[in-house]
Amino acid sequence: MTTTAEQAAAAICAEHGDDRTRLLDILLAVQRRHGRLDDGIIDALAARLGIPRVDVAGVVSFYSFLGDEPRGRIVIRLCNDVPDLMVGADKVAEGLEEELGIRFGETTPDGRFTLEWASCIGMSDQAPAALFNDVVVPNLGPGAARRLVRELKLHPEVADLRRLIVREYGDGKNSHDLVRAAVKNNIRRPGEVILADMAHGAGLRKALAMSPAEVIREVKTARLRGRGGAGFPTGMKWEFTRAGDAGQRYLVCNADEGEPGTFKDRVVLTERPDLLFEGMTIAGYAIGASRGLLYLRGEYAYLREYLEHVLSERRGQGLLGEGVCGKAGFDFDIRIQLGAGAYVCGEESALISSCEGLRGDPKNRPPFPAQRGYLGRPTSVNNVETLCCVPRILEMGSGWFASLGSRKSTGTKLLSVSGDCTRRGVYEVPLGTRLRAVLEMCGADEPVAVQVGGPSGQMVGPADFEREICFDDLATGGALVVFGAGRDPLAIASQYLAFFIHESCGYCTPCRVGNVLLKERLDRIRAGRGEAADLDYLQTLGQTVKAASRCGLGQTSPNPVLSTLRSFRSAYEALLVTPAGGAQPGFDLEGRLAEAKALTGRGSVHFGS
Amino acid sequence: MAKPRVATASLCGCFGCHMSLLDIDDRILQLVELVDFDRCPIDDIKEITGPVDIGLIEGGCCNEENVKVLQEFRRHCKVLVSVGDCAINGGVPALRNLVPLRECYEEAYLRGPSVDNPSGRIPDDEEIPLLLDRVVPCHEVVRIDHFLPGCPPSADTLWAALTALLAGRAPELPYELVKYD
Amino acid sequence: MTNATITLTVDGRQIETRPGQTILEATEAAGVYVPRLCWMKGLLPFGSCRVCTVRVNGRPQAACTQPVAPGMVIENDTEELRALRRDLIDMLFVEGNHFCMFCEKSGNCELQALAYRFGIAAPGYPFLFPQRALDASHPGIFLDRNRCVLCARCVRASRELDGKTVFGFAGRGAGRRIAVNGEDLAHTDAEATDRAVAACPTGSLLVKRIGYAVPVGRRRYDQEPIGSDIEPAAAGR
Repeated sequence: MTTTAEQAAAAICAEHGDDRTRLLDILLAVQRRHGRLDDGIIDALAARLGIPRVDVAGVVSFYSFLGDEPRGRIVIRLCNDVPDLMVGADKVAEGLEEELGIRFGETTPDGRFTLEWASCIGMSDQAPAALFNDVVVPNLGPGAARRLVRELKLHPEVADLRRLIVREYGDGKNSHDLVRAAVKNNIRRPGEVILADMAHGAGLRKALAMSPAEVIREVKTARLRGRGGAGFPTGMKWEFTRAGDAGQRYLVCNADEGEPGTFKDRVVLTERPDLLFEGMTIAGYAIGASRGLLYLRGEYAYLREYLEHVLSERRGQGLLGEGVCGKAGFDFDIRIQLGAGAYVCGEESALISSCEGLRGDPKNRPPFPAQRGYLGRPTSVNNVETLCCVPRILEMGSGWFASLGSRKSTGTKLLSVSGDCTRRGVYEVPLGTRLRAVLEMCGADEPVAVQVGGPSGQMVGPADFEREICFDDLATGGALVVFGAGRDPLAIASQYLAFFIHESCGYCTPCRVGNVLLKERLDRIRAGRGEAADLDYLQTLGQTVKAASRCGLGQTSPNPVLSTLRSFRSAYEALLVTPAGGAQPGFDLEGRLAEAKALTGRGSVHFGS
Repeated sequence: MAKPRVATASLCGCFGCHMSLLDIDDRILQLVELVDFDRCPIDDIKEITGPVDIGLIEGGCCNEENVKVLQEFRRHCKVLVSVGDCAINGGVPALRNLVPLRECYEEAYLRGPSVDNPSGRIPDDEEIPLLLDRVVPCHEVVRIDHFLPGCPPSADTLWAALTALLAGRAPELPYELVKYD
Repeated sequence: MTNATITLTVDGRQIETRPGQTILEATEAAGVYVPRLCWMKGLLPFGSCRVCTVRVNGRPQAACTQPVAPGMVIENDTEELRALRRDLIDMLFVEGNHFCMFCEKSGNCELQALAYRFGIAAPGYPFLFPQRALDASHPGIFLDRNRCVLCARCVRASRELDGKTVFGFAGRGAGRRIAVNGEDLAHTDAEATDRAVAACPTGSLLVKRIGYAVPVGRRRYDQEPIGSDIEPAAAGR
């Protein structure tokens, strides 16, 4: 017997051509319609798409935004990233819990509200922030949170959640009819390349007048390197992809910026979508791809309609589709793939898995995506910011681009600056800019530490403020979180480890287990139960996780510990104890006896307490 | 010259490791020639007096009394050895680590099929040591110098380790003698 | 196929191999044992346990997934890598609930055998004692996730050898777990004779009613270290 929900699920499959590689889109649509992906629906989807139900269930259980538990019609996801916690996200959480009468992870009995924590939702410059379904609510103080929930409770049937929640639109395209978001851009310092005034289309026209090999040569001459953090030379990646099998190739844009503290792609997607799509089109031309995918993180779903609209405008203008700009033989179009809440999908091979409708487990390499990527075809995965540089390189010339920045790190870098400073937001600075200069620009008052590159980057102290932001010194995907006086670097490291534990795919041993062990020992030290040997333990364990992990997530996940051990060693040492009588300081007798004392209603005889 | 002193105790274990020690058969005659015993279930000395050269601990720590005894052993023993899987990883008693402590107490004192407890309360008798919220391996409570895994470690394993320690060497056992079963 | 040979250096020794092989296959053919757990002959390599990590021209790589290339300089049996592998084996022990004393697989278990080979008397990490579900629903097969190391050998063997899809993965991170293609194992097409069941390196998947037919003491790894069949020189030690 099929239920109406199962029939609806079948209809959604049909809308997606019963294509099993579109499973993520299908699941998101069914979840949106039905609120949960229970066994009956999973069976129905598996049967309809011809895949094992264990595989459908495996995908459902992988992504934070999907689940078999019933969720409320309004899912409130409060961001628990470090900048949010710094400005009182925990107080907001208390307010929400009290107002709704449920704890985080629970749904109200009337099935209307669910409370969940979210890893960074890309709003660190306007924290605390939450998602109410797709609607972003920035600057959400505890009082405002209570008022909002009280008001929502008065409206049992909500047709347009956005209309009800968003009172004032943000600047720029945030007020566009298809966005209508309260989000602010917070562009603090436009630079020469991406946030500059520009003539759209010039780069694409120039590219199409050249041969693909010439386009690649121009990008190589500009010495453009990937902006996601790894810094791989873009032209070389394209060359490898172009050298892959003839036939269908793919260009995938990674707009899954999930590194806590990063939000610059949000601003680019809002204010420079044409530049991005132009870059994707040029990249497609260069590698010989006729299909592009924009992998948009689930947290930015509020931008989707607008981006679809920009794509359809470009189709209307002949900038996408058959014979782009009238260039015979060059067909290129772009599909938006929405993510579903998984940081690891920012890793390029996991991102490809996700696009294929699979769990977001990274793939084994080789083969590299350039050889066998999306659907087994040669694929180039490039970052939003990287692709935005491309039309500008073509338009202004590789010499112009290479003249910006430093010799080995050409061009500019978008920085997402948040934390303890007065001017949080996006800065476009030439690569090679000193960290101190950025701290001055953003109004950071004598910071004690700066997290450069998010949790997978490094936490540095004042001794490192003269270092340069570039590929060869302080490499970063762009997140800078500033910590002022009174912040505890070890507490922050612990929060970042919690993030990696939550976001690890769990495929390989060191990342799945090692991060749990790192956090256990770090927290033990923070509780005053660590000894000198524990610092060596952390160092060795961190290096093992780094060396043995399978993908970039695991290889960088110990950085919160390793970099604080280097930059803030004295903070660790101040907490260490010297055990007496061969005791293990990590053993917490009081803690281990507390429950038995409560259950028996008496104290300890042997330890007189 | 005084003979080296050895002490042993079984914490949260089944005495199987001590039985294995008795299994060294006629070598036990050599052993009593070689060492004097301090606290040990075999000689029924109840308190450790020390100083002890080699302490052997069977069993993990499941309650406050285990912790107390283990700490005393650590204070009095120059070399302390975890003997058997329970001391090393909690062993069979650690299965209760997968069950909330309240349920363990309730099963033992309130709901178990053989329980006759008209008071309906978990006893607060001071003779019954308070349970730790989980069974803890000995090396997580005090520093342990050597480990002899096995359930129990074989008599040959124990003999090889003891004779090495008495000779002042670390027990480096051959492949066949290090087993977890 | 080309008949060209490739020369590699493994711990200072030159070995000859063919293109298309992985480092693990090439070293094994040359009588060099690289410790491994998730790898299994006849299955596509998976690369999850990381126990076979070697250094290739200085970079850490999983030997089971990395193809050979001319001139590779490989470090295998070094102090650093022995320590790293020991750490990984320790991690697998503390993240699960491995009660060897009453596990029917004891003596035949590859995880235990690796610990024996590395001379591990006690793990260097605290035990995590996770809560994990077991599934005894099937008449012939027992699935105990407490002993699972997430190597995917059952997942792969079911698909690649049995032509079924009995097993898969659910969850992520520390919550990653083996899932079955049905409400429970009894509601799948799993059979006790499936290669997937035999593929389990630990006692996570067991055929029921076999137990201790071969007594402890006479089992595969009781006398001989794992890997002895690959490195003839070490067999007699």
